[in-house]
Amino acid sequence: MSSQDFILKNVRLSNSDRVEIEVRDHCISQIASEVSSDLPTIDGAGHMVLPGLVDLHTHLREPGKEDSETVLSGSQAAVKGGYTAVSAMANTFPVADTAGVVEQVARLGVQAGLCDVFPIGAVTVGLKGERLAELSAMAQSAAAVRIFSDDGRCVSDPLLMRRALEYVKSFDGIIAQHAQDPALTVDSQMNEGIISSKLGLKGWPAIAEEAIIARDILMAHYVQSRLHICHLTTKGGVELVRWAKGQGMKVTAEVTPHHLMLTDDLAATYDPVYKVNPPLRTESDVLALRKGLADGTIDIVATDHAPHPSEDKDCEWNAAAFGMIGLETALSVVSTAMIETKLMDWNTLSKRMSTTPAQIAGYKNHGEIQVGGSANLIVVDTETSWTVDRNQSFSRSSNTPFHALTLNSSVIHTFFNGVQVLRNGKLTGMKYE
Amino acid sequence: MNSPHLLSINDLSRAEILEILDTARELARITDGSMKKLPTLRGRTVVNLFFEDSTRTRLSFEAAAKRLSADVINFSAKGSSVSKGESLKDTAQTLEAMGAELIIVRHSSSGAAQRLAESGWVKSHIVNAGDGMHEHPTQALLDAFTIRNHFPDHANDFSGLRIGIVGDILHSRVARSNALLLSSLGAEVVVIAPATLLPVGIESWPVSVSYNLDEEISTLDAIMMLRVQSERMSDAFFPSEREYARDYGLGTQRLKALKPQSIIMHPGPMNRGLEISAASADSERSVILEQVANGVIVRMAVLYLLMGGAAVPTEGVLV
Repeated sequence: MSSQDFILKNVRLSNSDRVEIEVRDHCISQIASEVSSDLPTIDGAGHMVLPGLVDLHTHLREPGKEDSETVLSGSQAAVKGGYTAVSAMANTFPVADTAGVVEQVARLGVQAGLCDVFPIGAVTVGLKGERLAELSAMAQSAAAVRIFSDDGRCVSDPLLMRRALEYVKSFDGIIAQHAQDPALTVDSQMNEGIISSKLGLKGWPAIAEEAIIARDILMAHYVQSRLHICHLTTKGGVELVRWAKGQGMKVTAEVTPHHLMLTDDLAATYDPVYKVNPPLRTESDVLALRKGLADGTIDIVATDHAPHPSEDKDCEWNAAAFGMIGLETALSVVSTAMIETKLMDWNTLSKRMSTTPAQIAGYKNHGEIQVGGSANLIVVDTETSWTVDRNQSFSRSSNTPFHALTLNSSVIHTFFNGVQVLRNGKLTGMKYE
Repeated sequence: MNSPHLLSINDLSRAEILEILDTARELARITDGSMKKLPTLRGRTVVNLFFEDSTRTRLSFEAAAKRLSADVINFSAKGSSVSKGESLKDTAQTLEAMGAELIIVRHSSSGAAQRLAESGWVKSHIVNAGDGMHEHPTQALLDAFTIRNHFPDHANDFSGLRIGIVGDILHSRVARSNALLLSSLGAEVVVIAPATLLPVGIESWPVSVSYNLDEEISTLDAIMMLRVQSERMSDAFFPSEREYARDYGLGTQRLKALKPQSIIMHPGPMNRGLEISAASADSERSVILEQVANGVIVRMAVLYLLMGGAAVPTEGVLV
């Protein structure tokens, strides 16, 4: 028995069953309506318990851009938002395109000890789209990388994309594609449409995303490999993925919380806090994304948490960086966009934000509440609402588009491998070692 | 004017547009006589903050400010600290610390003027002198002022006037501001361009769209030719300059097709032989130099209304 063993009492599962959960030696040892044991108890106050959330798309910025985020500060933001696993994107400085860099990121995650940090490896050297990085070396490294992505850039060369998809089959890897035809989006600033025509900001057509999605689902099927489409934003993209799944093709897709909630008319403020890649789209796109997430066409929610220092946002639109932070608000945004609107229930939310992303990535200790499994759990108050304050971010950056918005549901407790890292919304100072 | 800034034609009501045009007319009348310079803004400081080359617009604002006796500081990006990485925010704050009360800003980023006005960086009045591909409101005001002078029956209402804007609508801030302003005054606006130079979303503008200049030319009371930027050629928006000039240039044949009373406008600088032939530019229908002169007058009115007062000036008030 470890000093951290406990019983979580007075909680309900996402299917509404009232349970008590016993945690011994970092694992779940009992789940029952009543657990009799002399372990210390934690009162869940009737709130909902979910498996810790799993993010497959997180920018932690370390190494290289520690002014905007570090693995530690990003981990703190993650547990605040209920995440017990995050996936660190490869566009760091240096780029995570070698075994050395991915191992460094993984080690920083272990040192932080707040959640699992799984590095994503670059597909191409330096994200340049010219030649494959040493994917096998990253897969065999201590970081055991399985997801590869040039996110921030598209692997636009069709031959290179084909090779990447084929190559990762030998270690059951997956290519996460940032679908953006570069030739159609040179200097693009926002969604191309009515709003861009009025604002005089260079348009980013939906077709630039959809053309790559269409190409890659066909390509992945042809070479029988695994494709994951990052941050779907358009109605047409949802239709393509729906069609591909109907054909039995192996493709998965993600949507970000911000694309489920925000639309391109926010650019009329010219406030770059709304500048993001891919861009905010129209209301009909948002509605299609919500429907796609509800019916499973879109498999998962991923944050695309993208911290930037204030000087990269406190400027004119064209000069600003693309991206928004999202770890701390993700669950609340999805709850507000999907559950408040009755499009989805908590059971489905739990699948889309924890179970399915863990399955896609092969994160074995995440995604389920089951006896014998690691105690990666969160307790969520589903009845509350709160107002986002960018100055209270656990992230080093404050570029949230949800500042001053009131959202539903908040994460109260987070347990990582049985260690309570978040209590009543505050870091406990404890970590898993 | 209700706003302390002039950022977009969208922010102006029809009454405010007419207030600016009436003020300009009054200022034109006063300064046409013996008094070329008014003391209204004596001791006040106006900054020309130009991040893009535009000698004409800068000189026009400078002349307007000086005729109102304001002190003018000119800042242009070339050879300045901007090339060393100083930001719009830092530059504007620096100039305000030197005493600027009104900042006239020209910038390649759409929305730059609105950002300056709304970000809390500075307290000054902001006048948009062209922001990226978005708007150029004083150009539209001077164009409306020019049209008004030529169609006195339509002084307060452009209903019944059909105005064509020809050329690179997609990238043109002049086209955006004019489409909004002229339609706000009641004119029927038609934009004429190849589809590659029209923005996706144009159906939401208060204009009709045509690909065919020859079908429109004889219906227009005013024709506004937009400058073709040389970089549009290299980006393949159209196959060749010759083809563009043939389909969308105002050449001699089309000049003959114009209605007798219609006027030819161009915001300058012109590419003679491309979007406009020399014969058209120099014809008696051309009001291009009037536009330049009216630019100073209209900009005086804007500065006067933003910094001075609301009422239409009389000689007594001004002296």
